[in-house]
Amino acid sequence: MASAPPTIQDFSLDLAPLETHAFGHRSLTWWGIVAFFLIEGTAFALAIAAYFFLMDKDSAWPPPPFAPPDLLAGTLFTILILLSEIPNTLVKWAAEAYDLPRVRRLLVFIGLIGAVLMVLRAFEFNSLNVLWHQNAYGSVVWMLLVLHTTHILTDWIDTLVLAALMFTPHGTEGRRFVDCSENAVYWRFVWLLWLPIYVLIYWLPRLVN
Amino acid sequence: MSDGKASERTYLRDGPDLTGAPLHDKLLATWQDRPGFWGWAGSVDHKSIGRRYLVTAFVFLSLGGVLALLMRSQLASSNLHLLGPDRYNQIFTMHGTTMMFLFAVPVMDAMAIYLVPLMVGTRNLAFPRLNAFSWWMYVAGGSMLWIAFVLNVGPDAGWFSYVPLAGPEFSPGKRVDFWAQMVTFTEVAALAVAVSITATILKGRAPGMTLARTPLFVWAMLVVSLMVIFSMPAIALASAMLMADRMVGTQFFNSYEYGDSLLWQHMFWFFGHPEVYIIFLPATGFVSEIVQTFTGRQVFGHTAVVLSLVATGLLAFGLWVHHMFATGLPRMGYAFYTAASMAVSVPSGIQIFCWLATIWTGRPRFTLPMLWVVAFIVTFVLGGLTGVMLASVPVDLQVHDTFFVVAHFHYVLIGGAVFPLLGAITYWFPKFTGRMMNERVGRIAFWIAVPAFHLTFFPMHFLGIMGMPRRVYTYPGGMGWDTLNLVASIGAFVFAAGVVVFIGNVLWSARNGEPAGDDPWGAPGLEWATTSPPQPYNFPHQPVVLDATPLWNPERAVARGLRVEDREVVLTTVFEARPDLREPSPVPTLWPMIAAAATTVLFVSSIFAPWAVVIGSVPVAIALIAWFWPKDRSHEGEPVVD
Amino acid sequence: MSRRLLHGTFASAVLALSGCAALHGPQSSAMGNGVESALIGRLFDAFLWVAVAVYLFVLAYLALAARRGRLNRQRGDGIQGEPPGGAEPGWHLGLVTFASVTALILFGLALATWFTDRAIARSAAGKAISVEVIGHQWWWEVRYHDPVAGRELRTANELVIPAGANVKVSLSSPDVIHSLWIPNLAGKQDLIPGRTSDLNLKVPRPGEFRAQCAEFCGLQHAKMALPVSVKGPADFAGWYNAGLATPPIPTGGLAFAGYSLFIGRQCASCHNIAGTPASGQVAPDLSHIASRKTIAAGALPMSTANLDRWIADPQGVKPGNQMPQVPLTDAERGAVVAYLETLK
Repeated sequence: MASAPPTIQDFSLDLAPLETHAFGHRSLTWWGIVAFFLIEGTAFALAIAAYFFLMDKDSAWPPPPFAPPDLLAGTLFTILILLSEIPNTLVKWAAEAYDLPRVRRLLVFIGLIGAVLMVLRAFEFNSLNVLWHQNAYGSVVWMLLVLHTTHILTDWIDTLVLAALMFTPHGTEGRRFVDCSENAVYWRFVWLLWLPIYVLIYWLPRLVN
Repeated sequence: MSDGKASERTYLRDGPDLTGAPLHDKLLATWQDRPGFWGWAGSVDHKSIGRRYLVTAFVFLSLGGVLALLMRSQLASSNLHLLGPDRYNQIFTMHGTTMMFLFAVPVMDAMAIYLVPLMVGTRNLAFPRLNAFSWWMYVAGGSMLWIAFVLNVGPDAGWFSYVPLAGPEFSPGKRVDFWAQMVTFTEVAALAVAVSITATILKGRAPGMTLARTPLFVWAMLVVSLMVIFSMPAIALASAMLMADRMVGTQFFNSYEYGDSLLWQHMFWFFGHPEVYIIFLPATGFVSEIVQTFTGRQVFGHTAVVLSLVATGLLAFGLWVHHMFATGLPRMGYAFYTAASMAVSVPSGIQIFCWLATIWTGRPRFTLPMLWVVAFIVTFVLGGLTGVMLASVPVDLQVHDTFFVVAHFHYVLIGGAVFPLLGAITYWFPKFTGRMMNERVGRIAFWIAVPAFHLTFFPMHFLGIMGMPRRVYTYPGGMGWDTLNLVASIGAFVFAAGVVVFIGNVLWSARNGEPAGDDPWGAPGLEWATTSPPQPYNFPHQPVVLDATPLWNPERAVARGLRVEDREVVLTTVFEARPDLREPSPVPTLWPMIAAAATTVLFVSSIFAPWAVVIGSVPVAIALIAWFWPKDRSHEGEPVVD
Repeated sequence: MSRRLLHGTFASAVLALSGCAALHGPQSSAMGNGVESALIGRLFDAFLWVAVAVYLFVLAYLALAARRGRLNRQRGDGIQGEPPGGAEPGWHLGLVTFASVTALILFGLALATWFTDRAIARSAAGKAISVEVIGHQWWWEVRYHDPVAGRELRTANELVIPAGANVKVSLSSPDVIHSLWIPNLAGKQDLIPGRTSDLNLKVPRPGEFRAQCAEFCGLQHAKMALPVSVKGPADFAGWYNAGLATPPIPTGGLAFAGYSLFIGRQCASCHNIAGTPASGQVAPDLSHIASRKTIAAGALPMSTANLDRWIADPQGVKPGNQMPQVPLTDAERGAVVAYLETLK
């Protein structure tokens, strides 16, 4: 029982005038990025929940005789990553204005900031005052820091690749400016997610005891 | 932004001047895969990937089914010695793992990957290369697990892998590591598909296909994809933590070092409960589509059905503790989970009411797909009722971890997901292959499989009440369990025979079935507006949708203006589906396969050496960069008007 | 269509009823031998009747729908395509009614659950005998606590409790998760490393029952059973006092030879026998093994032949369990068995 063949082929809707790229939620890339936010955000939320689950026992936290992590490296990291939002927002505006020279300069600058952040992160690992295998507190603190490091490392490499790309002829394409704008949004996610983790790793042990 | 050169170009576009056979030739050249193995390997066509997902899933179904028959042979009578405890424990672990991770979710993904773009009226999925990548990851993970099993290092701690049993002290060696890493493979694959499907459904719908006009299967897949996004990170994280405990000495689950084995259970079931609805909800989508077509009317209570899908998806996240009622958590907390676990049956009940109302008020034709729907109702409802029993803590404390639960979940999973799936395959087979499945053989398969299913699993309710626990490789005589087990084992073999007949019908009919036209069932959905099987480009012109049942409307509309010599799809707005952008669609490429190979090396080698996580990331990074590096400029810098 | 449905329903009913007959046994949750299991059994019955009613309703709805639909097709009646908005108000009312009735039924079942929970909790109130059960791969360690000093009883692979009294069983495990399930008496509770949980037992009348581990715990999960004996108060007191008594060391004969072997070989490093140098803590306490009904956590019934078989080849009986094969000649083994049989 086949259905009747179509009686109208209308063609009244003309799709040719539509653009081929757009910023923000009109671009597919944005949806992909948001989906990754949700996935990674959920993973981090669960890691944070695991932290609280393990903390919620009778014993002190961190378990004695371990001391909370030293504050210096982590706090410097936090300050720098918050400051990095300035060039980050600037690069987003520059991309949406199709200002290629500005985008190039800012991406390189952000790449350099990323390098400094990775160095600071290395010092953070060194100042946690506990190793991952010593107890569950150490395990969960290392897990949070490793997860975030993977996060920021992949975005840093993304940014470097994007910076390189913008110096090639591809850099003039509209869709590449959309990529730069989306990359900036992703960077925001990276430092936003860092804030609760910073509080959890460095301040919560000091506040509960 | 745009460069001067592009504004000199004109592009060939479809429309009243380019239609019919000349249009077909141009679109075919643009959208078809290259021939041969490399053409297949580099394909990003959702239909090609959907087909391979389907075939792979059925291979794993067969493997998992053989394991079930081995288990039922060993349990057919008391004190049998066909399988020793070690092999049996591997077999029941592999059976559950294969069915849940390697069959149930991938097969639903397969149907969605194939059907969703056709149902929403577009030419390909969003992120087609990610989709291709996901299949390679799925195959790699499943193969790794099965190779380990064949080599006698398969996991043996259950599909749920509870710690401390699955931890470093009580499961030494690599067995559980293979399980945990397979989870990583399949979670990456499922998440990739979920991202792709979500973006396609929200942005890729045909102009005019408002959310209210979106087919119910598509709605189901939207809810399911969001559920995957929010639930799968839990098990990805948990399995990573388990591997860390086993390989680098973390103490997440070690109660002697401030860890907690219940942390594993919470994380596993936070994923595990939504997982079963991720498997079930697409099946409800199948049922809605089949009932709609074969009653000739739109499903009654369309809005109620959509809200039920959403409600089930949300509620599913609040139930997980009902798997932990025997762990001694506070009773006050349990009460919440009892209430939620009972409440989740309400939206499912609403869907069933609506389907039956549709049949009552429509003109039903009881074709084979509809028979599978009837089998679904008769079976799933029974499973749902035992589910309500299990929601009650005192009752659960008796039947938890017994064959009563085994009966329950096979009723809801086979009744609630597999029966609709077999109906769906029968229904869409003509669209996939251009041929009809053999009706007589199909009915034989049905009448063997469905009664045999009940023969197998109904007695298990009694076995559970009579004290037979789960996951036992043998049981003593004199318990009164022998006869019921024998009946179940016989039923299992007959059920398997029915499934074999079904699969045989699929294989035979693919070559010899009666040729089917575009729309052999008289169905209303857009997927039936294509040839059978569809062309690589799906639709010659972009469909425009005027209502919820396009093909039942004598008035059809199409748009014009999409480019034909480059791959292009139209993106529309989320709610109203107004046309918004023309989006270039990726051409075939081998980079997803290469990236998957690099990721496979990373994942497998990190089972053996933790440092492989760092070193193995480098090839993966290189492959990903190469994948995303833009390759050509034919569609860039396009001016707004020619 | 509806005739097929009728046949199917009939067949299922027969199958169901035939199963009901065989629900009794020493390891069955349907017997209601304990206060808790009786309460749960009644609750289950309530759920079952509701489930049967709902299921029959759905089957009837399906059959009627199929029949009405077929009539529609024959007569060209019925709705086709998309019904106009606001159509079918009767069906919408039906939907709302159905959803409301479902919710009400569920609420009723939840209420019944709550009442059962309360009754179970109340039955456990009051003074109780305190027993500790510790799960091991793949045997049960049992310790009785008595406020009177020096009256702590340790045994393994058997749980004996007095009828009519409250028994509070506290559960823990040093290795993996196990679960104690005595279906005739009560629901199950998990034994989780790092935690202690409780199971309350109150059994009105004496009887012999069988429990089994109900959480997959490794290779021999299937053979981790626990005989549970509920004795009248006098019998229980007698059993308990006999258990407190130190078993005499044999003075001569085969039993003495067996005793010497037991102390001299590996046996003593794992097992404990009161009043002897054998004080191993990692295996079942054997002080009164001869009074038990099974060997190796229910793997074999107690008998001379089975004791011999177990010691000769523990891996054959229960592959993967922790007991090694101790090299003994047949005669030596016979002596050890003779000694063990004196440990009543």
